[in-house]
Amino acid sequence: MSDYNMQILICGGTGCKASESEEIRNVFNDLLGEYLLEDEVQVVTTGCFGFCEKGPIIKVLPDNTFYVHVTPADVDEIIREHLVKGRQVERLLYRDPHSHEVIHDSKGMDFYKKQIRIALRNCGFIDPENIEEYIARDGYLALGRCLSEMTPEGVIDEIKKSGLRGRGGAGFPTGLKWEITSRSVADQKYVVCNADEGDPGAFMDRSILEGDPHSVIEAMTICGYCIGADKGLVYIRAEYPLAIQRLKVALDQARAYGLLGRNILGSTFGFDIELRYGAGAFVCGEETALIHSMEGSRGEPTVKPPFPAESGYLGKPTNVNNVETFANIPVIINKGAAWFSAIGTEKSKGTKVFALAGKINNVGLIEVPMGTTLREVVFDIGGGIKGGKKFKSVQTGGPSGGMLTTASLDTPIDYENLQAAGTMMGSGGMIVMDEDDCMVAIAKYYLEFTLEESCGKCTPCRIGNKRLFEILEKITAGNGKEEDIDKLRMLSHVIKDASLCGLGQSSPNPVLSTLAHFEDEYLAHIKQGRCPAGKCKALLKYVVVEDKCTGCTLCFRTCPVGAITGERRAPHFIDQALCIKCGICFEKCKFDAIELA
Amino acid sequence: MPKIKLADSTVQTIREICKKYDNKEGELINVLHNVQEKLGYLPAEVQEVIALELNMSVAKVYGVVTFYSFFTMIPQGEYPISICMGTACYVRGAEQVLNEFKRQLKVEVGQTTPDGRFSLSCLRCVGACGLAPVVMVGDKVFGRVAPQQVKDIIAEYHEGCPHEAKSA
Repeated sequence: MSDYNMQILICGGTGCKASESEEIRNVFNDLLGEYLLEDEVQVVTTGCFGFCEKGPIIKVLPDNTFYVHVTPADVDEIIREHLVKGRQVERLLYRDPHSHEVIHDSKGMDFYKKQIRIALRNCGFIDPENIEEYIARDGYLALGRCLSEMTPEGVIDEIKKSGLRGRGGAGFPTGLKWEITSRSVADQKYVVCNADEGDPGAFMDRSILEGDPHSVIEAMTICGYCIGADKGLVYIRAEYPLAIQRLKVALDQARAYGLLGRNILGSTFGFDIELRYGAGAFVCGEETALIHSMEGSRGEPTVKPPFPAESGYLGKPTNVNNVETFANIPVIINKGAAWFSAIGTEKSKGTKVFALAGKINNVGLIEVPMGTTLREVVFDIGGGIKGGKKFKSVQTGGPSGGMLTTASLDTPIDYENLQAAGTMMGSGGMIVMDEDDCMVAIAKYYLEFTLEESCGKCTPCRIGNKRLFEILEKITAGNGKEEDIDKLRMLSHVIKDASLCGLGQSSPNPVLSTLAHFEDEYLAHIKQGRCPAGKCKALLKYVVVEDKCTGCTLCFRTCPVGAITGERRAPHFIDQALCIKCGICFEKCKFDAIELA
Repeated sequence: MPKIKLADSTVQTIREICKKYDNKEGELINVLHNVQEKLGYLPAEVQEVIALELNMSVAKVYGVVTFYSFFTMIPQGEYPISICMGTACYVRGAEQVLNEFKRQLKVEVGQTTPDGRFSLSCLRCVGACGLAPVVMVGDKVFGRVAPQQVKDIIAEYHEGCPHEAKSA
């Protein structure tokens, strides 16, 4: 903030960039010059604020004004009213969805009140392309302390005491992983950061890399010091161009500051980081598959042991951690294991970042202490269900996870509790579903994903999932039989037991979980030929209610396939053979004369 | 698929890329990324050149190309249309949007229209879940797309003035 009186923080995350946040920045730069304010007001493009639903977002400091849905056309008014006259532009302020009152200070937003930001500490606060801003917020302090005051064993001990567990899904203790790799004897070792975020609907890692790339670089370097590696690799999705670019800028800056390279901070320790690009394969989230992919091959998993800690990249001991896990490390060193382990539950310490998406009011990125209940996440932070609909379930763990229902709303979220509820923490995707979502169709959706992503090595996964998918297709098409339910269950267990890697072992989870909680929906499809959520097209039938139809011809005119016929001022008729069940007539009819039969 | 004859300059480009990575087998994925960026797609003939340069079997190159969804063997349309099928977009109606694109363009996922203008694909997650459902045309992101808007999106590009296209 230093020389400026005010700061304008503009969100430069992927979501806000897609809605013209860059253009907003340009207009600010131009107009601030015209108002002769360029020496008073600094404009910073930051990483994700987390509140993606209302993007593009602009925050004005020091007064924490939070403007939502800003367009380039609003910039002039913000400068004229707020920056010059000191009056907030009311119409752009965030309104509390319950009280409908405007929020003048972002600290008063429910969305932020219950969050503790450790991994996301700098996202939305600093310019990710400026290393000075990271350093100003204690960046590279932890690395300095490790190199000058602590032994590798001491650092590992601190991480172990903190209770940090892998944030990529399985929750393996991070300190222990480092210790095992540090004990392997070899001429060369590697630190790998898994940034191949393949879980659809999850964007935690991308946001951290886009908003705070240095935190990952610093942590990887600390890890290298601990395990005795001088080389790091970030395996990142090629589909994340912005994260790649910011990471590249950050790496160059770190090298220029002597924070990467030889003799880091005057010590004898040297370390550098290279990027490796993923090419879109979900299975590459699995350590051994990821390593094969980095070696230029098909990303197929192999049997463990040997674990990567013994024989990984190019046959050398390799420590693989995920982005969010790394982002926690510098804070643990700076604030101490005791501070970190005081947050969370008995076995799950610290916080977890979740990407909240789906049918929820506040889609976005959140970080909450372990042990926060689902109710707090969905209704307090997430602002409840969109359009006043009824909450049905939350899907966690992506294609490997399962459903949490109303029964789990008050369960504290941690690794153990989620597992006990039949799902898993996963990397942190949380998709909220409402009464309009069909659970059979959702299970089918996830299986379709797994089918495409199965590498094909193990027969149960390659063929078994295909059979599961076919049964679900049959059910959603209205051709299911009662014995299909038993078949689904049995086949699921076989696939889980007989597959080699995590993908196959967890691929039937969406089926098992929806069966456990929503068997009645499966039965409704099978026995009554009815989709309770009204989602499965084959089971839908749109019909005209004759005494309500005024013959206005609106449906006739909007039907994209010409399935509706009828004379003016006379009841219309839908030809079921032609109808593609798009539902446009249903939505357009002003007289509720079209019904789902 | 009919065999294509690569121009000498194209073969040269591929060779240069391979050389940049010291013709190492282990750099195959980086090479493929680079070549696809230059040529737009990776047909069998291109894979043959790469295999020769990196001194490995064409089967292995083909195995890698087909394993990863990012690599494509079919030329992209002038305006590649991708529909995000991430879970967040799915529950907010991406499937209906996709079906509407299929219907209007008369192509399936992974195909290009006969005039070479549009290609249709699905992608996993753009990470712009706040804008779900999301459609990308080239680098441009359209957010909160309803099936009814599909016609307008296609029309914008048909008229040949994509730069004035507005996102929702």
